Amino acid sequence: MSDFVVSAERVTKTFGKGGVTALQEIDLEVGRGEFISLIGPSGCGKSTLLRVIGDLVPPTTGEILVNGKSAHRARLDRDYGIVFQAAVLYDWRTVAKNISLPLELGGWDRSRRTSRVREMVKLVELEGFEKNYPWQLSGGMQQRVSIARALSFSPALLLMDEPFGALDEMTRERLNLELLRIWAETGSTVIFVTHSISEAVFLSTRVVVMSARPGRITAVIPIDLEQPRTAETREEPRFFELVTEVREALHAGGADEVVAELEALE
Amino acid sequence: MTTIVHEPTRRRGRTLGQRAGKWLPAVAVFGFGLVAWQWILPALGIERFLLPPFWDVLEAFWESRDELVRAGWITFSEALGGFALGCSLAFLFALALARWRPLGSALMPYLIAANAVPIVAFAPITNAWFGILSPWSKIVIAAVLCFFPVLVNTLRGLTSVRPESIELMRSYAARQPSVFRRVRVPNSLPFVFSALKIASVLAMIGAVVGDYFGGSTEALGVQIVQAVSLAQYEKAWAAILVASVLGIAFYASVALVERFALHWHTSTRGSAE
Repeated sequence: MSDFVVSAERVTKTFGKGGVTALQEIDLEVGRGEFISLIGPSGCGKSTLLRVIGDLVPPTTGEILVNGKSAHRARLDRDYGIVFQAAVLYDWRTVAKNISLPLELGGWDRSRRTSRVREMVKLVELEGFEKNYPWQLSGGMQQRVSIARALSFSPALLLMDEPFGALDEMTRERLNLELLRIWAETGSTVIFVTHSISEAVFLSTRVVVMSARPGRITAVIPIDLEQPRTAETREEPRFFELVTEVREALHAGGADEVVAELEALE
Repeated sequence: MTTIVHEPTRRRGRTLGQRAGKWLPAVAVFGFGLVAWQWILPALGIERFLLPPFWDVLEAFWESRDELVRAGWITFSEALGGFALGCSLAFLFALALARWRPLGSALMPYLIAANAVPIVAFAPITNAWFGILSPWSKIVIAAVLCFFPVLVNTLRGLTSVRPESIELMRSYAARQPSVFRRVRVPNSLPFVFSALKIASVLAMIGAVVGDYFGGSTEALGVQIVQAVSLAQYEKAWAAILVASVLGIAFYASVALVERFALHWHTSTRGSAE
């Protein structure tokens, strides 16, 4: 029995009969409490990898174990908390009801749900908004509800697919800090897909660099910045060195044209 | 850590004056319409049998008010029965078709085609099926008229859920009945209510037209036909007025229920944001 939360072995995913190879022979092991970022150009399969790990799409070949179980078993055991780029809140549910949805499905009784929701609302600092509907919240607040919902049932693994991609830079940096605080407080394991090199470096314990056509892992870069990270972390020389290292790894992945695209995005 | 707190913006408390201002143009148009009906059209030489003046229609209503109100109630009950029957069957069908997609794709082309069939054409036939005096011949016409728009819209609402919503439910290990109850059905409600509003109008049309092909002499449609054949145009118009008021009230009640049921939805928020 391994102590890895995720261990992927030779995972390949092809789409369609012609066989667009979205993922080729991916090997990845994620330890308990790690914060892993997947970064790479569009089409490198980072979102697909996240969905394969979360048992939302099946791999074509290869094996994925989550907590030593198949990904399918892990999904049925509610081991995953998922956050997408869009908050995907249910419009007809209040903030509190959105957060408690996974708890309802998990068969928690009402009083446990209520106290858990209160905790989560506090964790993402949305006190006073429990009874509001999603349309009454800003984009950043909606995404915090989405994070609270994903964490409400204490899943073993948090899967985040560009969760801050649609937010403005200020909100994004603030939520980065909040996410790190939550990660430290809850001791969860996170796999985080992003387009932003600096975001990946700032958040992660390891950055996994991927390249496209076929989607594969080209480098894994440990991030040795001190914990806990603060707003000042972004100004340390080591931070810039690591950003450069990740950028060069992206270049080395044979993705020059897409690196330019990535940098334009930042 | 600092958090910027946004107060949710709500603009509910409009003053009475502002509300009145908003309605004023519509009220003015209504008033002008009545003036035109009562004085301008006769002045233009429009004959009474084409359109009697408004006041005469009101008088005719007052003279036969008991008869017309009872007739209105009978026809309205037929419409309501047809509405309830057609809409609930359509909703259940839509659930089944959304749950078992191959069934849906097999039947969908026929349902869309059936939706385009002029169903009132069947009214004489349902009279033959259920008996000319039976309310069921009208209820069935109203029900069939309601059925297709509600079915097609509900099905669209049940299936046009963003994929991530379903993926999230999968990640919570939710079963199909739960996905329907907690995601697909609430997601369909705005579509369902649009269809119910259309259906409320269609049900009234179905019941009145059903009456035209024969029915109890107490029903509204039959009264209209008889009044016209006896050249009692004021009474015919009075009956039409009753049918219109009932139809509008029916529509408005559905719209009112919608406002409460969909308070979370964009369509009910107003555009004042």
